Amino acid sequence: MKFTLSWLKEHLESDASLDDIVAAMVSVGLEVEEVENPAERLAAFTIGEVLEANKHPDADKLKVCRVATKDGEMQIVCGAPNARKGIKIAYAPVGAYVPGIDVTLKKAKIRGVESFGMMCSAREMELGDDHDGIIEVPAAAAIGDPVAGWLGVNDPVIDFEVTPNRPDTNGINGVARDLAAAGLGKLITPQPQPVKGAFPCAQKIGLRFSEQTQGACPAFTGRIIKGVQNGPSPQWLQDKLRAIGLRPINALVDITNYMSYDRARPLHVYDADKLKGEIHARLGECGEAFLALDGKEYAIDETMTVIADDNGVLGLGGVMGGESTGCTPETTRVFIECACFDPLRTAKTGRKTGINSDARYRFERGVDPAFVMPGLEMATRLVMDMCGGVPSEAGLAGNIPQADHVVLFPPSEVARLTGMEVSPQDCERILTALGFAVAKSDPWQVTAPSWRPDIGGKADLVEEIARIIGFEHLPTQMLPQRAAVEMPKLTLSQDRRRLARRALAAHGLHEVVTWSFMDARAAALFCPQAQQGGEDWLKAQGLILANPISSDLAAMRPSILPNLTAALQRNADHGRNDLALFEVAPIYRGDAPDAQTNVAAGARRSNPPRHWQGMATPADAFVAKTDALVALEAAGAPLASLQASNDAPPWYHPGRAGVLRLGPKVLAHFGELHPGVLKAMDIDGPVHGFEVFLDAIPTPKKKPTKTRPALNASELLALTRDFAFVVDEDVAAAVLLKAVQGAEKKLITGVRLFDVYRGKGVDDGKKSLAVEVTIQPQDKTLTDEEIEVIAAKVVAQATKATGGVLRT
Amino acid sequence: MTELTELEHDLLARIDAVENEAALEDVRVAALGKKGAVSERMKTLGKMSADERKQMGPALNGLKARITEAIEARKATLAAAALDARLASEKVDITLPARTSPKGKIHPVSQVTEEVVAIFSAMGFDVAEGPDIEDDFHNFTALNFPADHPARDMHDTFFFEPKEDGERMLLRTHTSPVQIRTMKTQAPPIRIIIPGRTYRCDSDQTHTPMFHQVEGLVIDKETNMGHLKGTLEAFCKAFFEVDSVKTRFRPHFFPFTEPSAEMDIGYERVGKEIRIGQGADWMEILGCGMVHPNVLENCGLDPDEFQGFAFGMGIDRLAMLKYGIPDLRDFFAADARWLEHYGFDPLDQPSLATGLSR
Repeated sequence: MKFTLSWLKEHLESDASLDDIVAAMVSVGLEVEEVENPAERLAAFTIGEVLEANKHPDADKLKVCRVATKDGEMQIVCGAPNARKGIKIAYAPVGAYVPGIDVTLKKAKIRGVESFGMMCSAREMELGDDHDGIIEVPAAAAIGDPVAGWLGVNDPVIDFEVTPNRPDTNGINGVARDLAAAGLGKLITPQPQPVKGAFPCAQKIGLRFSEQTQGACPAFTGRIIKGVQNGPSPQWLQDKLRAIGLRPINALVDITNYMSYDRARPLHVYDADKLKGEIHARLGECGEAFLALDGKEYAIDETMTVIADDNGVLGLGGVMGGESTGCTPETTRVFIECACFDPLRTAKTGRKTGINSDARYRFERGVDPAFVMPGLEMATRLVMDMCGGVPSEAGLAGNIPQADHVVLFPPSEVARLTGMEVSPQDCERILTALGFAVAKSDPWQVTAPSWRPDIGGKADLVEEIARIIGFEHLPTQMLPQRAAVEMPKLTLSQDRRRLARRALAAHGLHEVVTWSFMDARAAALFCPQAQQGGEDWLKAQGLILANPISSDLAAMRPSILPNLTAALQRNADHGRNDLALFEVAPIYRGDAPDAQTNVAAGARRSNPPRHWQGMATPADAFVAKTDALVALEAAGAPLASLQASNDAPPWYHPGRAGVLRLGPKVLAHFGELHPGVLKAMDIDGPVHGFEVFLDAIPTPKKKPTKTRPALNASELLALTRDFAFVVDEDVAAAVLLKAVQGAEKKLITGVRLFDVYRGKGVDDGKKSLAVEVTIQPQDKTLTDEEIEVIAAKVVAQATKATGGVLRT
Repeated sequence: MTELTELEHDLLARIDAVENEAALEDVRVAALGKKGAVSERMKTLGKMSADERKQMGPALNGLKARITEAIEARKATLAAAALDARLASEKVDITLPARTSPKGKIHPVSQVTEEVVAIFSAMGFDVAEGPDIEDDFHNFTALNFPADHPARDMHDTFFFEPKEDGERMLLRTHTSPVQIRTMKTQAPPIRIIIPGRTYRCDSDQTHTPMFHQVEGLVIDKETNMGHLKGTLEAFCKAFFEVDSVKTRFRPHFFPFTEPSAEMDIGYERVGKEIRIGQGADWMEILGCGMVHPNVLENCGLDPDEFQGFAFGMGIDRLAMLKYGIPDLRDFFAADARWLEHYGFDPLDQPSLATGLSR
């Protein structure tokens, strides 16, 4: 919302400087966004006088002028028809920036004649649309004076944010009231005086609502003014509107705009001769439509309040009027509408139609119902002043809503909520200055003014008092300590994410943060029913956004991997093709709170750099497995109890990927991503990834102490024995390892698989798995015979479990 | 005797002359081996007379001891020389580059979240969280946003397709719904911060459709705006790691607080750097206020009995301000160059004991 300093001063008698006013606005909660003084923008333009204007020797329409300026006498070539001897003009010297044509002036030669600077039109100085000639300044102006003062633009424009709770500050009078309360001056807003009607209002006004819907427009007043002459509004009004960025149209329209900004009171003026029958407010009907003043046609439905007559819909109440009954220069008989419209309905209608008008903005936030009649009177006077005419009596349909709201208010609330000690006298003074009526019973009964629909309870009054006193007076207090030393604050889940994150970064992967939403097509490839058409699943789970920022960010992610692989590709596209990324963040398997789970996921694209000692091994499924285990271990999963199986979900390579389980619980997926899935996403493979489901890790049992079990380090030397077993190709190594480990649970303390061999000496379809078994004697050295017994057990168990044979 | 002296001279000369351990072994065998010169002479002792033996015994034993000692000494010298020679041949160019272990970085959002958590946990705040996909009640209604009120328009909300019963889920536009979830399940006193992902349907140079907020909530029977001011000032000082921070509270509007305020902090621009804390310029960094009585009532708390404050700020923005990160959009681009430049070492776990950052 913009206003000029001079306009404010029509409501506020004050000697305060611009800076003080801006500071006070900020302090009371009117957040100033920008202060612009057009005089500063026009600082380069000064008064000059045309001493001589002669025809250009080589151009009919150009004149060569001698101009007296602050820089002395200058020769300027000018094309304006009004450039003539003796006028005072706006001079822009060489080097000045002319905003209207976006040019910094240089010395020029125009058709062979040198020209030093420019004499400017209104449009060139961005003071209006006029470009028929150069601006003429009153003769009294002295050469060298800044032009701004002489053009009436020496008036700072203040732009501030109107918060939704303060509809009264949509009018400049509302701003003035706050400033007066804050001690910046005296509120002098004039009260509109009723105009006596010269004849009865012939225009019938009606409200056609049911009992349930009458709140849509509780009151509708209006009157006829006949014999008006609509034309351009007076200069003062045009200047005012232009200064705040509005375009003057004609007097009748300008008056409604003026009242919107001066008093936050939208109105509508109809050409009364174009109305047929009773003008009335009612709800719209489906199928109706109307052509609005913005030249667009809008469809009406039964939720919207319309203004209509016998010809149909004339406008959307409180939003925008229609083309058919608008005022033109030919209009001589007008009907002024001043009504109340329901804020919520207005907001809905505005949102549905997409119309952003000053009227909608005001009505959806709340317009002072008590100002309906005064508003009509004020508008009537303005019309009569500018367009002449004779008013009828005012007509009223419905009842003006009573908006006075009483709040029971103990002044001690101020200290309770803010910690500020404010005397009851100051509380009363502030509330009264803001228009509240204070009855000092116990507790106080405070009546909110009709223009403050935001006031609901005690806390609102506390805010009124506190903001006028100023938040700079808030005391600085510390919360009381809860414990001498605070206890740990992170939940198990939070701590797991922290640990997984730091472990993965320490392991060489970079942490990224990517969108929670992604392309639905990519998401479909990574969801539980990817093979049965994942998009249906996404829809059924409620994971598709209705209004995504773009179509490629429309689905909540069921996995982080698509984002990671896309990020790997982007990095590869500018040359980083050896990279490992991870993210510890949520995925979504539905729209319920428990369908959001925390995942640590990572992906690698591996092209190890050459090194003089030999290249590192490129990533494979086992590197991804290590990554997963790093995250799992950090997050506290019992690694020794995990089982691996090769039934990874379909976005992984069917042969080179696996699942890590703890009993039936899936803790992780890992492996090479499916080449077909990567291709569908336009990603170059191979990419190896993992997904660790942090929330699936069981909660560790709470121990009563931090004590660890005693260390059992044997004095006796451990010994190792190697075994190789030839087994069928499809025997899983884990089966062998488990069997060997279990052969002598007490004494076998380690089994290390150190070789997988296929080829000469091993039949086709078979492989040889070699393990090193560590045997740790417990209380005495083992004899050769005892060791042989253990070895025999190992072989027996291994053979039994795998169907393999000891390789000899 | 002269014969023994000669033998000794001869052996010592040969020991001295050998160039390697094998040759030394030959000398040892020749002298002290079973058939060595010294051993042979020792064998003759038995046939000697007592007098002779008395004289020759010690002489021969002395000889044997001196030769043995000489051999050991020579052996040590040769071993040292051999080691020197080996070491001399084993020289490498130690300027050759060693293998580097890959180093990962922590994203600034995680780091700054942990910094914020470190500060507020020292002030007794717990860390609460909630779902990103929310319902209208928790995100708006319970937070005192009236239905269809323009205040809802200020939040460019992402909605999901309506369900069969007409309910429309949404992506939370702020972390405030977790206030409601906490107050409905936990009795006061409450002192929490709520970090998390938030979403608004907005994308330009300074807005991303997803961003991070941290919310604070204190509910008890005496906390007022003075505590709010003290807490936030203490936070800013600790977070920006400066001796003092100039703050300014301005009245503002939020549906869920009353009175409501925005907090600005003082800053100055030095070259391209922003120095937080001092200076003549103000920068808005957070919104805050006393929890609105309607919000307390919506959570089943009596606003005449319970009171407290809430605040919310952008984690990404805090990171940008503190670490001079210019563009918000880069946070979510996963560009390795950016991550390596602005990311943090995993060993730099924020802690008040060590200082929040290096």
